[in-house]
This record gives sequence, structure tokens and C-alpha cells, in this order.
Amino acid sequence: MFGWEWPPHILGGLGPASFGIVRGVVNTGECDVTFVLPKPQGDEIKDFVHIIGASNTPVVWKDVDWDYVQKRQGHVMDPQEYYDLRNCIYADFSNLYTNDLGCIEFSGKYPKNLLEEINNYSIVAGVIARKELQHDGFDVIHAHDWLTYPAGIHAKQVTGKPLVIHVHATQFDRTRGMCDANDPTFKIELDGMNNADQIQCVSELTRQTVINHYHQDPAKCIAMHNAVEPMSQEVLDMEAKRGTDEKVITFLGRITAQKGCEYFVEAASRCLQKAPNARVVMAGNGDLMEQMIHLVAQKGLADRFHFTGFLRGKQVYEMFKVSDVYVMPSVSEPFGISPLEAMQCGVPSIISKQSGCGEILDYCFKCDYWDIDAMADAMYALITYPKLHKFMQEMGRNEVNQITWEKVGRRVVDAYKRLLGWS
Amino acid sequence: MKTVCLLFEIHQPFRLKKYRFYDIGADHYYYDDYANEEILKRLAYQSYIPAAKMLLEMIESSEKKFKVALSISGVAMEQFEMYCPEFLDCVRELVATGCCELCCETYSHSLSSLVDPEDFKYQVELQKKIINDTFQYDSKTFVNTGFIYNDEIGAEIAAMGFKGVVTEGTRHVLGWKSPNYVYSTAAKQDVGLMFRNTKLSEDICLNFQYGLDAGQYMGWIADSPAEEKVYLIAMNFDVIGGMNPESSGIFNFFKALPYFAEQKDIRFATPAECWENIPPIAVANVGHPISWDGYDKDVSAWMGNDLQNEAIRAIYSISERLHMSNNEILRQDFAYLLSADHFKFMSTKMGAYVPFSPYDSSFDAFTNYMNIVSDMEIRLKQEFPEEVENEELNPLLKQINEQGKVIEKLQAQLEKAEKKLDEKKAAAKKPAAKKPAAKKPAAKKEEK
Repeated sequence: MFGWEWPPHILGGLGPASFGIVRGVVNTGECDVTFVLPKPQGDEIKDFVHIIGASNTPVVWKDVDWDYVQKRQGHVMDPQEYYDLRNCIYADFSNLYTNDLGCIEFSGKYPKNLLEEINNYSIVAGVIARKELQHDGFDVIHAHDWLTYPAGIHAKQVTGKPLVIHVHATQFDRTRGMCDANDPTFKIELDGMNNADQIQCVSELTRQTVINHYHQDPAKCIAMHNAVEPMSQEVLDMEAKRGTDEKVITFLGRITAQKGCEYFVEAASRCLQKAPNARVVMAGNGDLMEQMIHLVAQKGLADRFHFTGFLRGKQVYEMFKVSDVYVMPSVSEPFGISPLEAMQCGVPSIISKQSGCGEILDYCFKCDYWDIDAMADAMYALITYPKLHKFMQEMGRNEVNQITWEKVGRRVVDAYKRLLGWS
Repeated sequence: MKTVCLLFEIHQPFRLKKYRFYDIGADHYYYDDYANEEILKRLAYQSYIPAAKMLLEMIESSEKKFKVALSISGVAMEQFEMYCPEFLDCVRELVATGCCELCCETYSHSLSSLVDPEDFKYQVELQKKIINDTFQYDSKTFVNTGFIYNDEIGAEIAAMGFKGVVTEGTRHVLGWKSPNYVYSTAAKQDVGLMFRNTKLSEDICLNFQYGLDAGQYMGWIADSPAEEKVYLIAMNFDVIGGMNPESSGIFNFFKALPYFAEQKDIRFATPAECWENIPPIAVANVGHPISWDGYDKDVSAWMGNDLQNEAIRAIYSISERLHMSNNEILRQDFAYLLSADHFKFMSTKMGAYVPFSPYDSSFDAFTNYMNIVSDMEIRLKQEFPEEVENEELNPLLKQINEQGKVIEKLQAQLEKAEKKLDEKKAAAKKPAAKKPAAKKPAAKKEEK
């Protein structure tokens, strides 16, 4: 599998999703997974998966001895594997910038020269694919999100193994449908899809986007909904730090156009006019944050509207713990894991019908992202009718607890088998 | 000779429009007129009217040997009057043949029998009156919402003077007993109780699409043990033509029934005739409420989860106060809101969506309903100040309502006293005009 993020170093939703899928797949007992990362730090969770770092894979032959390799990158890779990989260098890349071990440096993040890094990643993928084929052999190549599609295509061309790509998001969604065919990301996505033998999409919504806007054969697209990790006991035991008994309505995510933040402000302000004992929190930051603050000020609700800025790690769960209602009004959301997390914490959720996770959730309010009346109504109901709140809390928690990565892993493996003609 | 009792239930609630929280206190109209008219008219032309005409034809062609019973809820009758009065004419024709019994139920098709005995009584009386006004008919049989019944409800029905009541022949109540007899209610021996034959009813209302032959169907009845006499077969009227379209052959199935009945020596009767002619075989005790709904045959479709119970609590909590009010519109709205359908839409027995529900989910149904109840509460507050308790309010209202009479009475007394005074004055003037000053205060005391 090719991926870009892996816990604990996560920058977005891709890391946890890749982690969950790999764990689910390995849990079936029918698959072993080798996971390629741009730049492992050494503290990755790898008790069930073999991780290869692209930044530790040589593409230029260097004569280095065992001890030196051990000293330089022994914490992320066994020196023997380094030599195995070195034997698979397939072309002369000495024109590229490489370090003393003949490896290309990766940031492993989303730097300015991301396209260059993606290209380098696919060069390295050629080495890794050859080595894996020679040593252990493998049956399927699985590439997570557009960053790794070129690597997946390259590996497929080298080994002839079928390519599965996993669509966690599309450029079409990210730009609210405003991308053209010259958009480099769009081009990479399209190329990946055209070359893929199977396309796993995180929701039916995304599947339809792939079919209608990337013109893919519906037969090779399947919806593979995400799941959610069970809450750790530590988080569940966390005390809610509430200063008031006022109700709290929360938005949590990037404050950008895609997330529908302006619809949230409109709906929440309607709700506040009728419900004086409520407060609204917008957690996260983004390019529209300043605009939103102005909008709230214009409405004269700044005293009950709070902006927290970006929340990291445990702060997210602390926020959930003090919330009464969680709202995700995304204009277009391929999946959207946060309502599931909120429901795990016992916070009833309101999500837009344009969110992929709505396809597998029954016990949350759903409305169109533009239907601020319906959204406000659901907010009002959840903070006004205690029985409803309790009902949604219990039913939601039950429902979310049924959605596990184990089940997703099972379905992914079944899809592999169908692809390979084994079942 | 075996007897078949056919009973059809006709009910449509006033469906509620999308009622947002900011409408609370601002908008007092709650109904989705478009949906109500559309659904009622569609069903009337597809099912109710053709089915009623079919029944009429069956009665005439069988020389009045075919009998049938109908139960039409009050709220449905109002909608017929508004949108499709021709159906009521069909029913009038049916009643005029003397072969169609009209059963009584609660006006709103409500759950009041389980929650609020006072309101239950009020609703039944109201429905009786409406049936009487519309069809000049006096109902003898009671059919509760969803055939809900237990001994307590039986006692209330008996006290209201009905001759009999019907309910579901559930296995867990009947046990080894057969539903095919007339029983009597636990409260009063001379009030009959008939159990619906679940299998024969559901063969038509649920499973007709899988094929059913009228001759075979009547054969099952004819072939059952000879001592089992009465077969109550009941269902919603829209089973004919609505749930099963005309193309399914449902009309022909019913039309063929009298023929095969004649052949197999089976007769038709209305429930009223059964109470009259068939003596009850035993007393039937029903502890927990039962209904004809689903597989469980209990009341969980209406009162099965927290949302439903909360909504029921909320609406019935204003019932006592509301019944003190004279505001007709408010009372009307209250009655419409009591229809059991509103609570059924909140059910989560089969997941978050209920079939035929106008809402996306059970909690959407709850939200909408509770917003409306909140508005009702506000209107009721405007009617009567909140600080006054119900106990205080009652005598106060009595006083206000009776003030006219009291004033009249006092006025009459006053006039009488004045007359007396005048007479005395006149009498006093005759002998000597000296004493009247002493008499006057005494007369005034009398006035008080």
C-alpha cells in the first residue's frame, strides 16, 4: 500500500483512515501489508504492518557499510532491507539530489513543492515494487489518495499487478466543482483513476463524483465507507469542563467554503434569537475565519459566538465533551469522520445531506447544507427537548459503535478477492 | 351456520406541515393542506369510493344477505367533508340499505383510551354525536384505535353504553382459546367482545399480493370446527384499491365472497347483530393492552420509545386545562394533534424511518410535533394565566360561566323585593305616611 500519513504524525483525516483500513485488512488474517510512507520518523505504530520509508530507499548506488547504515537509519529500517532495495535500483538517478545513502529527501508533509515530491515518491516506488516482487511477492497494489496515485501506477507498470486506488477526497469536491482539466491535482487524479483496476470510494457520494466527473466505469467503482476507531478509555473518562449550564452548539473543522461555515453562522444565529440560553463555538481556522467573525459581529451576536482557533489532539475531545450539539454543514464532504467522533462522545449531530458519512448513519439529523431553516430547527430541538437529546445521544452512540474498521477491512479484502478472481 | 363479520376501518390524520421553531408563537396553523387533500382525494378515487360502490352492489345483488361494518374516524370525516363529500354520500347510501353498520371510535383516532380517560370519554361522545348528525345513526359497537383493548378500556366502553367492542385475536391473550366466538368483557357480562381472526384478516390485508382465491378462502371458514361460529375479519378500507390496486383482482375477490358464502352455507352479519343474536361463550380477560399492529400485537408502535412517550406526555399534559377552554379553534387543533399517527411516525421499531411517514426520520417527526405543542402551550397561556392552578381555575371559570345566571337570579330577587317594598309603601301610605323610614333598611337587608 502507498500512503502519505500514518499515526501518530497526522495532518488530516488521511492518516487515521489509512491506519484503520490497514488494521482492518490485517485483522482478517488473510492479508499481510507493506505500507510505504514518504518519511517515517521511527515512532510509527507498526506492530501489525511492515513500513518502508521512501526517504530511506536508495535510488543511487552508494557503497556504504552495514554499521554506517545502521547508525544513519537503523531506527526506521533494517540495514539488510536497505541492501535489498539497493539491488533493485533500475535506472541512473544521479542527476537528482540525493543524500549520502543515495536516498531522496522527503518532507512527508504538504510542502510548496508537493508535485515534485509526489514525482520523487513515484520514482522510489519503482525500486520498492521491484524489491517486494523479488523477495516476498504481492498480489495487489493499493494507493491512498491522489498523492500516491503516480507511485501506484508506476508500481503497476513495473510488476503487472492490479492497482486499487482509494479515493478519500476529490479535487472536484475541494474546489466546489470549480476545477478545470488543467488543474494538476485533477490531472493526477484522473490519470490514477484511468489506470486503476478498482476504485474504492469512501462514500456513494464520492463514487458518483468519480463516475460523473471523472467519467469512470461504474463497474470498477465501489463505495467503501470509512469507520471510526473506538474511543480510548482515557478520552471517555475525561471530565467535561463546563463553566455554565448554557447549551453549546459546536462547529469543528476548517473554516473554509467547502465546510459550509457561512450556513452554520446563519443557522446558529437564527437559533440563538429564540434560545437565549445557548452559546455557539466555531473551532478551527481557515481562510474564511475573519469573514465569519465580521458576519457574527454584524448580527450582534459576538457575545455568544466563540472562535477558538485550531484545536489539536486532546483539545478536540475536550471540545466535544462540553458540546450539546455538533454540526457539520459541509457543502461537499467525501466522508467526514468528525460527526462519528462526536457521536462516540455522546454529542448528537446535525450533518448536511451532502456528507458521505450520512449514508451509513441513521440517528443524526440530516438537512441540505443550504437549508438553514432545517438546520436551525434541529439545533433548537436538540437544546430544547431534553428527551430528544438523550434519545439521539444513546441511539447515536449505539449506532456508531457498530461501525468498525474490522468490518471495513473484511469488505476491502473481499473486494481484492473479486478483483483477483479468487471468489 | 357460520357467520362472517366484515369490518373496515377508515382513517386519515391531518398531516402536519413543516413547523419550525421560529413559528412557535407566531404561526398558529399547523396543517399540510396540500398533502392532506392530495392523499385523501387519491385514496378516495382509487379506493374508498370504488370500494364503497362495490359493497353497495354486493348488498343489492345478494338481496341484502351481505352485511358489512364501517368505522370512520371523526378527523377523516371532516376531511371527506372538505375534500371529497361524495364519499360520505356513498356511505349514506350504504347505511340506508340497513345492511351496513357504522361503528364508533374516538374522534381523533387517538390513544386517549390508554392515557386520558376523561378525554377518551369526551372524544367518544363527540364521535357519537357526529355520526348521529351526519348519518342519523346510533352506533352500538366500539372500535378503538388500532383495535387497542384491555379490561380497563372495556369497562369504560361498557359504561358508555355500547353493546360490544372488538379487538385483536392475539395468541398471547387467547392462548388455547379460539377467536371465533363472541366473548363478553370482564367489566360487564352483557357487553360483547369479539376478537379479530388474525390469520384470515392478514391473508387479505398483508398477503393478498401472493394470491388468494375467494372459494378457497370461504372453504377455510367452512372447514373449521363446527362449533366455531363467528369470524371477525377486519382491516383498513384502503386495502381494497389502495394497498392492492384494482389490477390485483382485489375487487373481484370481494365480489365473489357472497356467492361462495351461499354455497358453503355461511352468512354475513354486522357486529351489532352478533351482540344481539349470539350469546357470549365466556368472559375474556385482557390484562395488558393489545392491538392489531405488527407482529407484537401490542402498543409499542405508538408508545415504544422515549420520543413517543415524551410527545404523548407533552400533549396530554395540557388536556385538562384545554377542556376548560371555550376557544373552539384551540380545541379543534388539540383534537387533530391527538391522532395516533403522529406518534407512530416517531416509532423506531423498524429503524429511523417509518413507512408512509411524511418525515425523513422519527426524530424529525418528534421535532416538528414538539414545536407545535410548544405553540399550543403558548396559546393556552394566553387563554388562561399560568400562575392559576387547574384546581383554582375550575371554580373561577365556573363563576365566570355562571355569572350571567347569578346576575339574573339576583336581579329577579331585587325586583321581587322592590315590588314588595312598593306594595308596602302603598299599604303604608293608606293608613298614615309616618312609618316607612323604619321599614326601608329591613327591605335592603333582604336584597343582599
